[in-house]
Amino acid sequence: MKVDIILAGVGGQGILSIASIIGDAVLSENLFLKQAETHGMSQRGGAVVSHLRISDSEIASDLIPTGSADLIISVEPMESLRYLPFLSSNGYLVTNTTPFENIVNYPDINDIIAEVKKQPHFVAIDADKIAADLGNKRVSNVVILGAATPFIKITPEKIEAGIKRIFGRKGDKIVELNLKAFKAGLEFALKNS
Amino acid sequence: MHKNLLLGVEAIGQGAIDGGISGVYAYPGTPSTEITEYIQANEITKEKGIRSKWSANEKTAYEAALGMSYAGKRTMVCMKHVGLNVAADAFMNSAITGINGGMVVTVADDPSMHSSQNEQDSRFYAKFAMIPVLEPTNQQEAYEMTREGFQLSEDLGVPVMVRITTRLAHSRAGIKRKEVIAENDLILPSNPSQFVLLPAIARKQYKGLLDKQYLFEQASEDSKYNSFTKGTDKSLGIIACGITHNYLAENYKDDECPYSILKLSQYPIPGKLLAKFEDCCEEVLVLEDGYPIVEEAVKGIFKKDMKVSGRLTGALPRDGELNADLVALSLGKEVEKTVSIPEIVTNRPPALCQGCGHMDMYDALNEAVNVYSKGRVFSDIGCYTLGALPPYKSIYSCVDMGASITMAKGASDAGLIPAIAVIGDSTFTHSGITGLLDAINDKANVVIVISDNEAVSMTGGQESSAVGKIESICEGVGVDPAHIRVETPMRKNHDKMVQIFNEEIAYDGVSVIIFRRDCIQVLAKRKKIKPVSLK
Ligand SMILES: Cc1ncc(C[n+]2csc(CCOP(=O)(O)OP(=O)(O)O)c2C)c(N)n1
Repeated sequence: MKVDIILAGVGGQGILSIASIIGDAVLSENLFLKQAETHGMSQRGGAVVSHLRISDSEIASDLIPTGSADLIISVEPMESLRYLPFLSSNGYLVTNTTPFENIVNYPDINDIIAEVKKQPHFVAIDADKIAADLGNKRVSNVVILGAATPFIKITPEKIEAGIKRIFGRKGDKIVELNLKAFKAGLEFALKNS
Repeated sequence: MHKNLLLGVEAIGQGAIDGGISGVYAYPGTPSTEITEYIQANEITKEKGIRSKWSANEKTAYEAALGMSYAGKRTMVCMKHVGLNVAADAFMNSAITGINGGMVVTVADDPSMHSSQNEQDSRFYAKFAMIPVLEPTNQQEAYEMTREGFQLSEDLGVPVMVRITTRLAHSRAGIKRKEVIAENDLILPSNPSQFVLLPAIARKQYKGLLDKQYLFEQASEDSKYNSFTKGTDKSLGIIACGITHNYLAENYKDDECPYSILKLSQYPIPGKLLAKFEDCCEEVLVLEDGYPIVEEAVKGIFKKDMKVSGRLTGALPRDGELNADLVALSLGKEVEKTVSIPEIVTNRPPALCQGCGHMDMYDALNEAVNVYSKGRVFSDIGCYTLGALPPYKSIYSCVDMGASITMAKGASDAGLIPAIAVIGDSTFTHSGITGLLDAINDKANVVIVISDNEAVSMTGGQESSAVGKIESICEGVGVDPAHIRVETPMRKNHDKMVQIFNEEIAYDGVSVIIFRRDCIQVLAKRKKIKPVSLK
């Protein structure tokens, strides 16, 4: 078993919390994991990416070779496209559709979404809206994680357990909210992929 | 398999704690910063009272570590690659004094310059100083090498370098920990002149360092981190240094590599192991994440005339970080055909955060200097370096920490008036004060802006050595108090700020303008609100 995931977004959007939830679930499954992160200058509103590799045998490279990622999970639509060279021909693209426009020349969002929809396998989800409907835009990350879960090869229950452990110290309310966000994303993906 | 999931840098921090350090010394710098942060936040650090506060710069950090080693305790000093330039004088000479308590010098290089001005390879420095280097392949080795590095340093009597690159620094994997080694007792060097590098003593000490080289090489021969794997195909042999061994392994996941492999993770290069390797191949490919240092070196060591390829021959790119794909291509393997990035995707460079005082500083600066010809503002390294990009395009230099003040002075000496320096608070105390002293002593005509956000922000908001001290430092160095101006950089103060610029540009002498406002990121962390990036 191996899953190679590219996590994409903009510095400050918090892709690393998605990574830590998956990481927690992976370790409880006794699998190997390597996760390369972007630290430093790009965290100031620049493009950031994390390579997350899961396997039942020892993992060699910290980076995923091009054309071999099983999944791109992106919290920002344009960023989801930046890493297409990594995606394998039967891989899935799961992306938020709400743009994060912190540059003056951000392209027309309709063109971006059209490009996403050209992919053979994709889930395009308005995670910000779903999160807002649940009462807190900040959980849009976890909505996207839910939408990506059918492709991670780890059961939703294990990931829910990860959410409980990661958010546990923030109190029951936060855990509840994140679980709801997760389920909403998961349901969307099951209906729309 | 209950393992701790640690970044490479965190693994090094844990290795140092478990290796029995009494203190860590460092100045922040990507990708090395989190080593010290990890130690600072660790429970054992608090329990044992391990010394871990930030130093003013890498040189002061290095020297303090050497002092701790002199006193018999184990210590680590950490920095990014360019930090070793700042500490180089201490570093080179510490190889000649040798150590007392075990000393590990951890340097994080940044091939591809993800967050740096250059991609210099610290293994060159270690070779220059003639000390051993440990170059981990993965997080577990990073942990173990650091933990064992202190003992190696004590056995060999010199500082030992641990060299990593960004990729390993910022990648997470499970780590198996070992027991914590006890700290050393306070004990002074048995030879009281060991650290006195007067020429007569230095000559003796230097000969001692030369005489020990064979021991360093023997340590590499015996190292469990270096290994030779004999292949079935003699046409090629591969030397894989540090992390590149992973990229090689990635290319032989499903089948055995037919070629002989020399895994090299401890230097100096072990001659006997290399000879064994040489016997098993007719041609050599060298994989190294950095400069072609091994590629150059082995050519002079091999006994037979062997074709050596690598970064120098074009088998691999001359610059930038390696990866599994580049290694595949150098082996003549095919890589997966991939789609390209759609044209619609535009660059998203880093930007100053909304609510950042540097922006108000640049708005005022631009208005004040727009009446002059361009090219008069020298800057430095920090978040404010982003002022080189649109929409500000305010600055014309960023070279090394502290260089804004001295370059502005030199340009002013040459007749470029006004000449302006823009420097951050942490950069000012790192390397700006001595330059300011030069400007004062030379009665230079310069305007120095200290854009003070009371933190080391570029690297994540560490505590700045400058907090509460800038005005008194400037006065102490000799700046006329009438020309030390302080203002809060905010939109509503814009006109006042422009006015200050105009007045100080008109003054023929050294002016220091301090624009002081808390870093928005640090403030947010304190208040737990989430800042957004600027459009
Ligand atoms: C010799 C050296 N050490 C460390 C660094 C890493 N570094 C780059 S910017 C920076 C912080 C500068 O802080 P400050 O001057 O206060 O500016 P701020 O980022 O807070 O605006 C550091 C530590 C470096 N580039 N060179």
